Amino acid sequence: MAASSTTATTAKTTATTAPTNGRTPNKGLRWLRRNIITLAGLGTLGYLILPNLVVMVFSFNKPNGRFNYQWQRFSTDAWTDPCGVADLCGSLGLSLQIAVWATVGATVLGTMIAFALARYRFRARAGVNTLIFLPMAMPEVVMAASLATLFLNMGIQFGFWTILIAHIMFCLSFVVTAVKARVMSMDPRLEQAAQDLYASPTQTFLRVTLPIAAPGIAAGALLSFALSFDDFIITNFNAGSTVTFPMFVWGSAQRGTPVQINVIGTAMFLVAVLCVVVGQLAGKRRKRS
Amino acid sequence: MTTTETPAPPQEQTAAPLEVRKTPARKRLVPYWLLLPGILWLIVFFAAPLVYQASTSIQTGSLEEGFKVTWHFATYWDALGEYWPQFLRSVGYAGIATALCLLLGYPLAYLIAFKAGRWRNVVMILVIAPFFTSFLIRTLAWKTILADGGPVVAALNSLHLLDVTSALGITEGHRVLATPLAVVCGLTYNFLPFMVLPLYTSLERIDPRLHEAAGDLYARPATTFRRVTFPLSMPGVVAGTLLTFIPAAGDYINAELLGSTDQKMIGNVIQSQFLRVLDYPTAAALSFILMAAILAMVTIYIRKSGTEDLV
Amino acid sequence: MTKTATPQSSGGDVRLQGISKTYGSFTAVHPLDLTVPAGSFFALLGASGCGKTTTLRMIAGLEEPTTGTVELAGQDVTVLPPYKRQVNTVFQNYALFPHLDIYENVAFGLRRRGVKSVKKQVEEMLDLVQLGPMARRKPQQLSGGQQQRVAVARALINHPQVLLLDEPLGALDLKLRRQMQLELKRIQTEVGITFVHVTHDQEEAMTMADTVAVMNGGRVEQLGAPADLYENPATTFVANFLGTSNLIEAEVVEAGGDELLLKAADAKLRLPAARCSASARTGEKVLAGVRPEKVALRHADDAGSITEGHNRLPGRIKDASFIGVSTQYVIDVPGLGELAVYEQNIERDGRLVPGAEVVLHWSPAHTFGLDATQDIQAGADLDEEAA
Repeated sequence: MAASSTTATTAKTTATTAPTNGRTPNKGLRWLRRNIITLAGLGTLGYLILPNLVVMVFSFNKPNGRFNYQWQRFSTDAWTDPCGVADLCGSLGLSLQIAVWATVGATVLGTMIAFALARYRFRARAGVNTLIFLPMAMPEVVMAASLATLFLNMGIQFGFWTILIAHIMFCLSFVVTAVKARVMSMDPRLEQAAQDLYASPTQTFLRVTLPIAAPGIAAGALLSFALSFDDFIITNFNAGSTVTFPMFVWGSAQRGTPVQINVIGTAMFLVAVLCVVVGQLAGKRRKRS
Repeated sequence: MTTTETPAPPQEQTAAPLEVRKTPARKRLVPYWLLLPGILWLIVFFAAPLVYQASTSIQTGSLEEGFKVTWHFATYWDALGEYWPQFLRSVGYAGIATALCLLLGYPLAYLIAFKAGRWRNVVMILVIAPFFTSFLIRTLAWKTILADGGPVVAALNSLHLLDVTSALGITEGHRVLATPLAVVCGLTYNFLPFMVLPLYTSLERIDPRLHEAAGDLYARPATTFRRVTFPLSMPGVVAGTLLTFIPAAGDYINAELLGSTDQKMIGNVIQSQFLRVLDYPTAAALSFILMAAILAMVTIYIRKSGTEDLV
Repeated sequence: MTKTATPQSSGGDVRLQGISKTYGSFTAVHPLDLTVPAGSFFALLGASGCGKTTTLRMIAGLEEPTTGTVELAGQDVTVLPPYKRQVNTVFQNYALFPHLDIYENVAFGLRRRGVKSVKKQVEEMLDLVQLGPMARRKPQQLSGGQQQRVAVARALINHPQVLLLDEPLGALDLKLRRQMQLELKRIQTEVGITFVHVTHDQEEAMTMADTVAVMNGGRVEQLGAPADLYENPATTFVANFLGTSNLIEAEVVEAGGDELLLKAADAKLRLPAARCSASARTGEKVLAGVRPEKVALRHADDAGSITEGHNRLPGRIKDASFIGVSTQYVIDVPGLGELAVYEQNIERDGRLVPGAEVVLHWSPAHTFGLDATQDIQAGADLDEEAA
């Protein structure tokens, strides 16, 4: 109490002297001071986007050697023939396939856990929470190496299934977190109201709980898809000779980077932005009508 | 709520409950059925492997003859003795990258939360969208950006900044690629969104009127930030630093793609021991040490920052 | 589903027998017997945490009683889940489904019961609550008063035997609350359904209900018609919670006749024996109560003109606040502390200002007697607490 009142008084004295300092007619400096946070934020944003711009620009490059690191001349060759590199589109298809199944698996299992945690009291709750939290607090390389050790010792063949198992494992926690937050913030009276209005427990779940939890489930699913599709470290340990898209890129960093990689990176970026923009516009229109 | 004492009203009955109802067992089992498949998955494919790995780390043998548990704890000492520089480097690089992420990410999160106005959604999309280009491709793009003959190196050279950084030991000669600077730069870039998003979430919850109230109570903008905004954003700071530091400490992609052999981190060692050298006990011991170190650091950090309810 | 296909339009009675609810070691509701007659407007009144909402939820089936039974229209429904009970609830904060529009919210109950064509009924119901044009809006686009009407429509469309209202007006501002009180009362009279209304607002309970049960600490303190409760409170809690009471510690000096003679400080007070809920033998302590608006003030100089036979107490005005229809005085009575007096602003005596010596007087018929072993402060300052 005493401490806070002291700071208040010191702040007050400085505040009264502030106008005399501020009156210096250096307009540019004042503008800079007022907007310094905005400028710094935009700078960071630039840092975040710069590599994407480079990827985009270099998708129109025609490199001389095997590596696409230096600008040579403009060409649309890679765009007209995106699958022109051996194995590239196959790895992309595999990655998409794994991402879809990993999303389905993690979303179903994770949503069930999230509902149990958010809606019921039971023993071993703390243990379950820890088990959910740990995979998120564990460096990927540790999970990757230990799971691969298990598969090795069990004599399980590395490939599609081991990758899928691993991806569901590390996506689960993220789904639980996303769905749990949504279900916890949901007013329990809504479900009671449904029961009060003659909805059986099954009907209540299908007609009220699920639709209201849907944004959380969708967020968890989207996150799972992105994490699975983009995962490298865990896949690197558990793929054997199977090549996903990130593994293809990793390999090409050693052997030579085809321009087609940039084409696919750019296309994914554009598709994602397009989806978000369309979604936002649709949401706005629905709100208006 | 004050409970007031009143004498027993007339209809008070002697405590003789006729029959006490209990929830049926079937209903009480519902949460366990919901938990079962997912938790089983985590136990079999997350927890059990960690135990398996612990046992692998004290095995000896060779690929041809097979490995056996011989309680060979010396693997740990050998691994630490040989790879302590990589351990220190991992913690150091990850620490610096986390600090940079906080430094760079805070203004951006603040910008989105309080200053972006109707541009908020656009900026948000720009933060998240890069995610959708595979991060390996984006990391490779840094090879172009930081290339020896590129504009960045040229600019730094003309300002003689590279001489300064070389003197400090974070770059070598007149290049940025294959130096600590490049690796830290890549790590910072890769995990920046993991810092910005939790920061934004906790900043967005702050009522802007609190800033006005602080201003009204004679706090200058800097004081308002130090005394009001930053303390209130602590949950985001803690979550963001954890989400940045943990993956950065175990990362081996940036060191592999942007660094040279002198920038190898512990992740690189584990990867090569496991996938190339096929020395499983050493790889297991190293990842066990890494896991223990990170869990210890995280626990201490969460305690210190007083946000245990984060989990 | 065992629900009767054709719902009855008239209400059913609610009979609670020995129901109680305990959570671990905490008892929310002590064993309680209560009968709500069919077609009546019944209010459960009490401060937050008194067990009134738990009682309501046990009737709705949202909470299973630890002991006892719930009967609706003669049928034991104690173990019936909420979706099989001919009871509907207007929830606190309404609990409107945010993902459905107003039309679908109102149609929800009909659809769950397998009613094929809901259009006509829903439209009629929306017209009844004057929300026809809002049918395709989402709940969050409506004002508080409109949401409240949707909640009522959503429940009433099912023609329940009993409508339960859990603080239905708590989220509305004062003016709207008054308006909705009258509206709900009108609807209840029109449809003839039994209403059970939970509230912490004593004024609301008294305005709307035929019968009020005042609850405190998981027990019903007193049950009766609003006027009866107000005039003849049986406990200090009811006396203080319903309106304001002056409670004076006194000793019985003469008992036996129709009237008790009490001694409070130096004054003698008379109390009709029939209005004393405590045993009152000579020498025992009782609390003599009187409502502030029943007490009149006279300047000490005019004390001689006070009606013969009135109870009198001398005092000094400590504070006077003018609130329009009346002036509220705080009078310091030597030996008894502070008493409240509400004077109608008909003829204002200019001498009645703070510091003036006055005499308080009231007809003995307005005095009530309570058991003196109770906490004299029970229920005071509780009614404004949010539930």
